[in-house]
Amino acid sequence: MNRILPKLGWAALAVFGACCLAYIALSRGETINALWIVMAAVSIYLVAYRYYGLYIANTVLGVDGTRMTPAVKYNDGLDYVPTNKNVLFGHHFAAIAGAGPLVGPVLAAQMGYLPGLLWIVAGVVLAGAVQDFMVLFVSSRRDGRSLGDLIKSELGPIPGMIALFGAFMIMVIILAVLAMIVVKALADSPWGTFTVAATIPIAIFMGLYMRYIRPGRIGEISVVGFILLMGAILLGGQVAQSPTWGPAFTFTGVQLTWMLIGYGFIAASLPVWLLLAPRDYLSTFLKIGTILGLALGIVFVAPQLEMPAVTRFVDGTGPVWSGNLFPFLFITIACGAVSGFHALIASGTSPKMLDNERHAAFIGYGGMLMESFVAIMALVAASVIDPGVYFAMNSPAAVIGKEAVEVAAKVSSWGFVITPEVLVQTASDVGEKSIISRAGGAPTLAVGMAHILHQVIGGKAMMAFWYHFAILFEALFILTAVDAGTRAGRFMLQDLLGAFAPSFKRTEKLAPNLIATGLCVAAWGYFLYQGVVDPLGGINTLWPLFGVANQMLAAVALILCTVVLFKMKRERYAWVTILPTVWLLACTLTAGWQKIFHADPKVGFLANAARFSGAADRGEVLAPATSVAQMQQIIFNNYLDAALCGIFVLVVLSVTIFGILACVRAHAINHPTSKETAYEKMPDEVSV
Amino acid sequence: MFKDLAKLGKYLGDTARLMVGLPDYDVYVQHTRLKHPDREPMSYEEFFRERQEARFGGATGKCC
Repeated sequence: MNRILPKLGWAALAVFGACCLAYIALSRGETINALWIVMAAVSIYLVAYRYYGLYIANTVLGVDGTRMTPAVKYNDGLDYVPTNKNVLFGHHFAAIAGAGPLVGPVLAAQMGYLPGLLWIVAGVVLAGAVQDFMVLFVSSRRDGRSLGDLIKSELGPIPGMIALFGAFMIMVIILAVLAMIVVKALADSPWGTFTVAATIPIAIFMGLYMRYIRPGRIGEISVVGFILLMGAILLGGQVAQSPTWGPAFTFTGVQLTWMLIGYGFIAASLPVWLLLAPRDYLSTFLKIGTILGLALGIVFVAPQLEMPAVTRFVDGTGPVWSGNLFPFLFITIACGAVSGFHALIASGTSPKMLDNERHAAFIGYGGMLMESFVAIMALVAASVIDPGVYFAMNSPAAVIGKEAVEVAAKVSSWGFVITPEVLVQTASDVGEKSIISRAGGAPTLAVGMAHILHQVIGGKAMMAFWYHFAILFEALFILTAVDAGTRAGRFMLQDLLGAFAPSFKRTEKLAPNLIATGLCVAAWGYFLYQGVVDPLGGINTLWPLFGVANQMLAAVALILCTVVLFKMKRERYAWVTILPTVWLLACTLTAGWQKIFHADPKVGFLANAARFSGAADRGEVLAPATSVAQMQQIIFNNYLDAALCGIFVLVVLSVTIFGILACVRAHAINHPTSKETAYEKMPDEVSV
Repeated sequence: MFKDLAKLGKYLGDTARLMVGLPDYDVYVQHTRLKHPDREPMSYEEFFRERQEARFGGATGKCC
């Protein structure tokens, strides 16, 4: 009886989840409650963890609770610390959760909520969580070494270098995309710009306090910082209304771009305790708090989904991003379903704190399920707002125009009926002059969050506050990522350049530091600028590049896991990683190919370059260019993007070939050849 | 009951601190005293600064 009862419980949960999905599937053409989606997703997560996550742990990998983990072996109380699994779960989740799972699903909502929902849930269970968990396991069995090191030792030095180079390029694209989200959210928004700018002096004050006044008191100063932030949001409303201060904080996208580039350079050159660390504390706590708050809000308000399950834009003609459902949906939603960047985290700090191998599934698989849940909430937030408002906010001005009347007519003509009054009213509700063409995901998410949260606290009068709270919350952790990412990129670059000019490796010297920081900022700044001036909104160019790159890194990490399974002589279970690898290769290679060679200039970089050079030959000037020189610039940018995409494709193809060769070699040898550290028994005094 | 609550409070505090890269100071001191009696453990301030530099000094970035 004791064995049957839990199984009955799991079966009941599985049936419940299936019923929720059935309800979603059968409710076509009518609005449904968001809770159906949330319940379906959560049931699937729980069942998947219990029956697939633990299957991978116990059967596929054969985790061994008696094996000493690096945390126990190298325990130094600093980097290597055996940590309670719940505490480590929090650390791991805070490290993997960023802007990605919030933005991707919002962009994907142009096809309706159903395609995104299905990919998020299926992707995380079969690909994303598998990758995070297995990389964590592989790294923990190899002294907690990093992804680059793991690939080097298991596949060879050349694929190791290729993967590291790919990781650097991905970093550049991620930073450009993240920075662009901030620019799109803050352009012509004095309220948003003021509050985000206010985070800089607030963080510096916190940094000085923690350094000199009461060193290391994170808790108390974070509370003070939080109160100051809320004050900045309230003050921002006054600033925006003021006839003198309002215009002083109103900037165009291009101005904000230059400010961000300058900020990135200065922030990455300052000591970490002054600005980066304190803002990291604020953004981490705010992020976790907001995620919890949003989850409670959705459960409490139980909003209706206004977006149709499937829109007409599944045919690939959508205004937010171009390209067909396959492959572009699967690269638009990266984090939340599967994200290669997590492989860097899962082979970073987390494996050094794992107290027992048996907890790796909870941390790795469970942590990613949690991230996926965040993506589901973002999808809900984007789907509860009026679809007309959604398309007005996310379509580029080149497609829908700039004036409310014109925009409303255009969006209504797509079948999403909206009046100009509603657009103007929504903007004024959230305290903005205009919400039209605010692509990038963050403003849409902010409207959705304001829509949900104002029903819990504050009512209509608080909507503007919640909107700017959401903008601040996203901008805060994006700016932290830009700062930390620029530093990380600088270290990678100094390492890379150090191979040619050894003086570059001197990270304590000022000149090489500044040069490497400058190069790094210039790299992402270039793509950022290009994205901001793009008439099709920039998201159309940069987000697919980011998605392709990120999913390719995931494919690389899964190839590593496959090779490790072959080398462990567990190849009969290798389908667990081969299945998602093949799917990711199919999506990313198709997407990469189409972004380069597709005949439609909206999709293919080369076709777009040809369109502009054709016009240039005829002596015409196409918008947004206003001169021949700008035409040449756009042509060059498209060639550059095509080349970058080509590099990503080559990176993943070469790692695939190296991976297959390594598998074949391992298969031919009749004993395990994986390079894990030798088994050592967990000491008896460590409680298992 | 109160003991459980105190334990929960400590868990939450530990979790919040580790989220921003700060492991448990007491555990560090205990470990150093026990395993490296020849070394004097860092003061909390030194420990805090050392961890800050370690968190942001290396080549691991933040996630998207």
